Amino acid sequence: MSAILVSTTINGDTVEYACQPDESLLDVLRNRVGLTGAKEGCGTGDCGACSVIVDGRLVCSCLVLGAEMAGKKLETIEGMAHGEKLHPLQQKFIEHAALQCGICTPGFLMAAKALLAKNPDPSEEEIRFGLAGNLCRCTGYDKIVRAVQAAATEMRGA
Amino acid sequence: MRFESPATTKEAVALLAKEKGKAFVLAGGTDLLVKMKAGMLEPDLVVDIKRIKGMGDIKSAGGGFVIGAGVPCAALSENKALVKTYPGVVEAANLIGSKQVQGRCTMSGNLCNASPAADSVPALVAASAKVVIAGPKGKRKVAVEDVPAGVGRTTLKKGEIIEAIELPKPAPRTGDAYLRFIPRTEMDIAVVSAGVSVTLDKDGTIKAARVSLGAVAPTVLLVKDAAKAIIGTKLDDAAKKKLADACSAACKPIDDKRGTVEFRTEVAGVLARRAAETAYARAGGK
Repeated sequence: MSAILVSTTINGDTVEYACQPDESLLDVLRNRVGLTGAKEGCGTGDCGACSVIVDGRLVCSCLVLGAEMAGKKLETIEGMAHGEKLHPLQQKFIEHAALQCGICTPGFLMAAKALLAKNPDPSEEEIRFGLAGNLCRCTGYDKIVRAVQAAATEMRGA
Repeated sequence: MRFESPATTKEAVALLAKEKGKAFVLAGGTDLLVKMKAGMLEPDLVVDIKRIKGMGDIKSAGGGFVIGAGVPCAALSENKALVKTYPGVVEAANLIGSKQVQGRCTMSGNLCNASPAADSVPALVAASAKVVIAGPKGKRKVAVEDVPAGVGRTTLKKGEIIEAIELPKPAPRTGDAYLRFIPRTEMDIAVVSAGVSVTLDKDGTIKAARVSLGAVAPTVLLVKDAAKAIIGTKLDDAAKKKLADACSAACKPIDDKRGTVEFRTEVAGVLARRAAETAYARAGGK
């Protein structure tokens, strides 16, 4: 298999990489670009640990090919904080203890960010449905839902 | 494996037609990449169709819609006119997988994956949707129900791809709905599903109907007897019972870990009845 050269934008920076035609975006991010925030949980689109945002849409990076990314705009967990300043979602996850082992957390944060971008004032039910593609085996989800509610309130300036 | 992302349908068709090995179309990839990962498929060629002009567009056409084969299901619910005209189709497409999966998965892919449990397919069948197929011999249009040939098989020939799904302009006072049964509230595969579309007379009498079932046979079923059972009625209890019975009679399900033959047969009738009630109300019936 011959490598494919891809030029794309990740968290606002132009990034070029060479990948194999059957290589997932997740593997490209972790092994070639050095962005290890997205995690591989299942590799089949069930757990959401590898969630990233491509051209404004939340996707599982394990179900995207690296070769598809030419000219796209990618957002990953690494672009969420501004320097030392955490995103409100990250801050509220800490305050509400919405994580334990942390493997699912980057995916939850990206999914929550995508949810709030479309719906700044979601109900608890909308949050639970919005995050149904992310699995967490530690928290029991309640703390995550509360953290997202708190972040939404802060982000609305309420 | 080679990866190609052609700019035109013609190039895509040529690539697929001349490939001697195993060639697959990549739209959303939410089935294809899972199968590749599991080793179920080992493609020699993957053709990404999303860079072809128009594949990512939802076009309004004379009161109907043309939905490109690369349109992710998440985009359907963002199109207000589509949601208003075909709420059943949109609700079915938005039951597929998670938000992450909906950001990628397409109705055309759902159809070509040819799972009997595909959520968007019964809704498309009820809505009289057609697909535009491009191939080495030009284009042809077929009804959605004529695409699946069996579990994991379609009637598409070598080199053919779906370019778009066409939803016709509905007659006045038409409503559609889709329901599925799953044992949890989200992120599951249909055990049984039903799509219904009805068109009413001015007095609320059903003058046209289409009823479809998913996950109760190797392919989606268009149940004409169920439609006949409610045409000419105002969806009274007797008509609803006949509709449910016709649906149950049409089922040829299997027993598996998600449901038994008996359960699927019974629930097919129940879901069709409830979907009919919703479709009837959406069409303006009381």
